[in-house]
Amino acid sequence: MNKKPQRDIKTIVNASLARRHAAERRFRWYGLIAISLGLVFVVLMFANIISQGYSAFWQTYIELPIHFDSAVIDPEGHRDPHVLENADYAALIRASLRAQFPHVEGRRNLRDLYNLVSSNAPFRLRSQVLDNPEIIGTEQSIRMLASATVDTFVKGNIDRHIDESLRSIKNQEIAWVDQLQASGQLKQRFNTILFSKGDSREPEQAGIRGALMGSFYTLVVTFLLSFPIGVATAVYLEEFAPKNRWTDLIEVNINNLAAVPSIVFGLLGLAVFINFFGLPRSAPLVGGLVLSLMTLPVIIIAGRAALTSVPPSIREAALGMGASKLQMVGHHVLPLAIPGMLTGAIIGMARALGESAPLLMIGMVAFIADVPGSFTDPATVLPVQIYLWADLPERAFVERTSAAIMVLLAFMILMNGLAIILRKRFERRW
Amino acid sequence: MIKHKLALAIAATFTLAGAVHAQSARDYINIVGSSTVYPFTTAVAEQFGKANKNFKTPKVESTGTGGGFKLFCGGVGVEYPDVSNASRAIKQSEIETCAKNGVKEIVEIKIGFDGIVVASSKKNAPMPLTVKDLWLGLAKQIPEPGTGTLVANPFKTWKEVNPDLPAKKIEVLGPPPTSGTRDAFVELVMDAGCEEFPAIKGLDKKEAKAICQTIREDGAYIEAGENDNLIVNKLVANPNALGIFGYSFLEENLDKIQGETIGGVAPDFEDIANGKYPVSRPLFMYIKKAHIGVIPGIAEFIAEYTSDKALGDEGYLAQKGLIPLPAGQRKQVVMDAKNLKPL
Repeated sequence: MNKKPQRDIKTIVNASLARRHAAERRFRWYGLIAISLGLVFVVLMFANIISQGYSAFWQTYIELPIHFDSAVIDPEGHRDPHVLENADYAALIRASLRAQFPHVEGRRNLRDLYNLVSSNAPFRLRSQVLDNPEIIGTEQSIRMLASATVDTFVKGNIDRHIDESLRSIKNQEIAWVDQLQASGQLKQRFNTILFSKGDSREPEQAGIRGALMGSFYTLVVTFLLSFPIGVATAVYLEEFAPKNRWTDLIEVNINNLAAVPSIVFGLLGLAVFINFFGLPRSAPLVGGLVLSLMTLPVIIIAGRAALTSVPPSIREAALGMGASKLQMVGHHVLPLAIPGMLTGAIIGMARALGESAPLLMIGMVAFIADVPGSFTDPATVLPVQIYLWADLPERAFVERTSAAIMVLLAFMILMNGLAIILRKRFERRW
Repeated sequence: MIKHKLALAIAATFTLAGAVHAQSARDYINIVGSSTVYPFTTAVAEQFGKANKNFKTPKVESTGTGGGFKLFCGGVGVEYPDVSNASRAIKQSEIETCAKNGVKEIVEIKIGFDGIVVASSKKNAPMPLTVKDLWLGLAKQIPEPGTGTLVANPFKTWKEVNPDLPAKKIEVLGPPPTSGTRDAFVELVMDAGCEEFPAIKGLDKKEAKAICQTIREDGAYIEAGENDNLIVNKLVANPNALGIFGYSFLEENLDKIQGETIGGVAPDFEDIANGKYPVSRPLFMYIKKAHIGVIPGIAEFIAEYTSDKALGDEGYLAQKGLIPLPAGQRKQVVMDAKNLKPL
């Protein structure tokens, strides 16, 4: 017999060691590449949104000396509120602009001149006069919103060097803007309108307050409904329900429900809440109901996971001390599981905050200028507002869309951060 | 403790739902319908809400023309919309549905025109198109030159369609079938282009319609979604492509894109207004007469919409990109709106 010489273990291991180390190094590299790819995309997304949107947080204003001419506002001098309300305040602005640029002539040119100021300006003067009728007859320096075209131009989003016919601002308008800038009458300030006003068709007057309030009301309804029901379901299924075919079936269904596309819940909401129960369209109440259907499975699953992580010894100790089952759950298990449940709930709510598809079906894709004040007022939500603005032709809405996205992302990060803090602070490891 | 809070929360929600049921009056106007008319109606709604302190700003939902009529024709009562916007005239079938549900008197207001443009990146030389070229480039089946038998569209470049056009790949970004813009494009361009072929005229009416209106599915026509801003951005990124969308998006982006001439007429404001540009469609607003006087402010809203300040040649809607009606027609529209003349 010609026996092969037995290679000893050490040589075998040594021979394969280099190969195995190489495999590990490769694996690490794959991991690193995957993570850095992900990071690159996140950075690209943020860079794109922030570079487009940061300018929306500033707004251009034009300061003009306005003579509150009593002959225009209140020719009879009775200070009758009805007369003051319906006076032609635009005429005051026109007069001021004409005085500033006396050489402008011709109807079309004058119209261009008047359009430097936002169409909102006369309403501002009106409210100023109504608040304080004393200013009639005096001259005040009033800061007014510039029109969106001027604003976009001042922010450098319109190239002044291209041919006049290709841009939405004309040469003479640029000259006026330059002149106002030189005299210090044109200033940029923080854009408070973005946070204090509802939607508008004029980009310079559009804000996200309405959408934020709509999102707030919707989420309150979602939380009030889905959290108690979700926790109750999780507790019952985990602590009380017998393990049989029915509970298995329910469990499978809940897990399935968590994966159902959200638009389906919208259709369900339309059929049940609006068509059958007759609840109003576009209301945060219905939006909240629909979103709670969507969030429920998430909360139930997270709740059950939190309950199972409470060790059985706690339950046994409580029962051993003579506590009833309800006391055992209410006094011992639930308090220990609540942080985990809250974490699940917050993540579910963050998902609901970013959801727009189911709301399309129930009429929340709408232009709503008034900020909603209750659960049944017509409202829209932040992601839908972004969708609506992204579809408008005006150039100035591009930056506002990005700004709204930034606000939405900030809320998302805040909510997810809260979930992480809750988990870190209160969750007990066994 | 927890039990109490739970009960409280549930009770609160139910009282809330009850409160909604009790609420029967609506104090704002409810408008639904076309996403093409949406930018115009919202502008009027906002102006109306600001100028009249006694009325709330109307709610304007963007549901699409067909979806709007479905809601509008649902019935009479506060839960149904008062006004429906449409980028086409109401169909007979929709009038019948309306009547069946008790919506009998509908007032139609024609508010203006919208031009549909075929545009490309500014980097290109302009491409003088005709409806015939567009149909040949986009139809699924075309009559073979010479024999006239129908074959699957063989054209890959515009030069093959028409020797005068550049040898550029046929690549058109346009709206999906759910869009009203697509309906109008099919009707005004595809049907019109198709009519120029005698071979198709000979066919059975239904068959001819299918041949004329079916857009090719081999990747030359790309459904780019309902968002017109997206199409504009894609045109800038891809100079070979053509895009189909509403005139207001061309007007806002003249520094990046250009509208191609169709039949020698460029899509500019004047030529769409006077009807020379062939691809334009009327836009409408429909009002439920039974709601006037029930929901506050409808009559005043119509007055604002049809005022010269809004609808006129230099009104704020024209500034938003609406092509105004010719003066004579507008006078008639304003009269009819004032008298609430039903269909």
